[in-house]
Amino acid sequence: MGETADQIFVILQRWLVSHAPASLRFPLSALLSVVVILGAFALLFAITTVLERKGLGRIQNRYGPNRVGPFGFLQPIADGIKSLTKEDIVPQAADKAVHFLAPVVLVLAAFSLYAVLPIGRNMVLVNLDAGVLFFFAVSSVMELTIFMAGWSSQNKYSLLGAMRAIAQMISYEVPLILASVTVIMAAGSLSTVAIVEKQAGYTGILPHWFVFTPWGFAGFILFMIAATAESNRSPFDLPEGESEIIAGYYIEYSGFKFALFFLGEYLGMFAISGLGITLFLGGWAAPLSFLTWVPSYLWFFAKLLAMIVVFIWIRGTLPRLRMDQLMNFAWKFMLPMALINLVAAGVWRFLPQGVLRWVVCSLLVIIPYVLLGRGLMQGWKLEKRVYQFAE
Amino acid sequence: MLFTIFAILTVVGAVAAMSLRNLVHSVLALTLAFAGLAVVYLQLGAQFIGFAQILVYVGAVAILIVFAILLTREAAATPRSILVGSWKGSGVVVLAVFGILAWAIHHSAAYRKAMPPQPEATMQQIGNALMLRFALPLEIVGLLLTAALIGAVTIALQDKQETR
Repeated sequence: MGETADQIFVILQRWLVSHAPASLRFPLSALLSVVVILGAFALLFAITTVLERKGLGRIQNRYGPNRVGPFGFLQPIADGIKSLTKEDIVPQAADKAVHFLAPVVLVLAAFSLYAVLPIGRNMVLVNLDAGVLFFFAVSSVMELTIFMAGWSSQNKYSLLGAMRAIAQMISYEVPLILASVTVIMAAGSLSTVAIVEKQAGYTGILPHWFVFTPWGFAGFILFMIAATAESNRSPFDLPEGESEIIAGYYIEYSGFKFALFFLGEYLGMFAISGLGITLFLGGWAAPLSFLTWVPSYLWFFAKLLAMIVVFIWIRGTLPRLRMDQLMNFAWKFMLPMALINLVAAGVWRFLPQGVLRWVVCSLLVIIPYVLLGRGLMQGWKLEKRVYQFAE
Repeated sequence: MLFTIFAILTVVGAVAAMSLRNLVHSVLALTLAFAGLAVVYLQLGAQFIGFAQILVYVGAVAILIVFAILLTREAAATPRSILVGSWKGSGVVVLAVFGILAWAIHHSAAYRKAMPPQPEATMQQIGNALMLRFALPLEIVGLLLTAALIGAVTIALQDKQETR
């Protein structure tokens, strides 16, 4: 029973495909998977927009959307209809072709990221040998589309936003990839499916996820910080900075093109969270050994939703960084930590199992963390801030 | 069939990169050529080099060029076309060189040799080769790049303190 529930989509797909003529089977099965992925993640996007607005509302002591449908949960439909009926304005000075292409390519690239994410057991669109490499290659295309959007609008704010976005994404891509390299070293493969399989199994009731090792934990934190920056979310939302450059690179987009940017951004966030889950949190595996009867895809989406909640929580909590703080943090803290973490992962691999390697690797991560933190904090004067009118 | 499409795409991108007036358009066309080349690699079964091509050329080189353009000069269109003056003459030269080379290759001994079986280059094999047989060169390159990275950060670190 549990097995059937786990594989229900795979069985359903095989059954549907088996009715088609032999020559059409491969395209049909690919088409089915693609349609399901598009549908599932577009739906998740709709749910997340409501969750985010309601969550942020709660954090900021207000209600959030509560008018459309029960508890405001039909808000995305209203938003979608609104953006479809709005006028699509293209600035006269804009570079028409590039201006049109940018959101389209962005969403295309964002969706193709899901091709290598294992959503459940036997549920991956293509099991590429170079899966992780594919992911990073495609996400680098997204940077270029952001530049296309910012440049083609011929607006100084959008150009500023695009330049900020590119500088930020290049800087944080380095620690992002270096943090992932530790997992690739440990798993010995670039295939996302193989990485998930490497984390299978339980000691007692606890799983063998990479996040439960010293280097894996440090790597996961680094990965998530870099992922927040890569997906341009608060506190790294300088490229959009509403209070400084209005909306950054998509300032000149309206109607459904704006919605496409919104979609692309969220899809990028889901995808990179999905990669984080795959690399560090055991992919679709259950977190405790007695919970394996729950279907694998449910675990994947549960973990994804948990990550999204953390993203929303951080967005509601932290203020935006300044540009120099952003760059300093990437190059002076994240990069050295990622390099040291790489060494820790190597040491972990070659020390015999036992308490010793836990102690050595933990020290290898903690000591540089403390020293780097102290070093960078030198010359800072941290004192209680006094607000003139708020007290 | 697919090869023809992507070959045409690559060539069109490359030609556009040379001939378009607007610098940024040229960069985007160049990106198209890079991406087309990556697809050709993928079709040949070279997954690693195909994705590395996208990651390095589209993700890094194109962005670097874009950055250089934005930081150094106004990215406005140049007033005159780049294909000017003696382009007919140079076209004839290009065609002649291409013709001679094609003729020479077609009549050479290497062309008539039987094609060797297509070598399989899976990720596993590339990894093994890099980690076992070519471990030392890989280590040296890695060390060099890491040193360059740390050096760049160190220079930036000192600059900041001086201006403070």
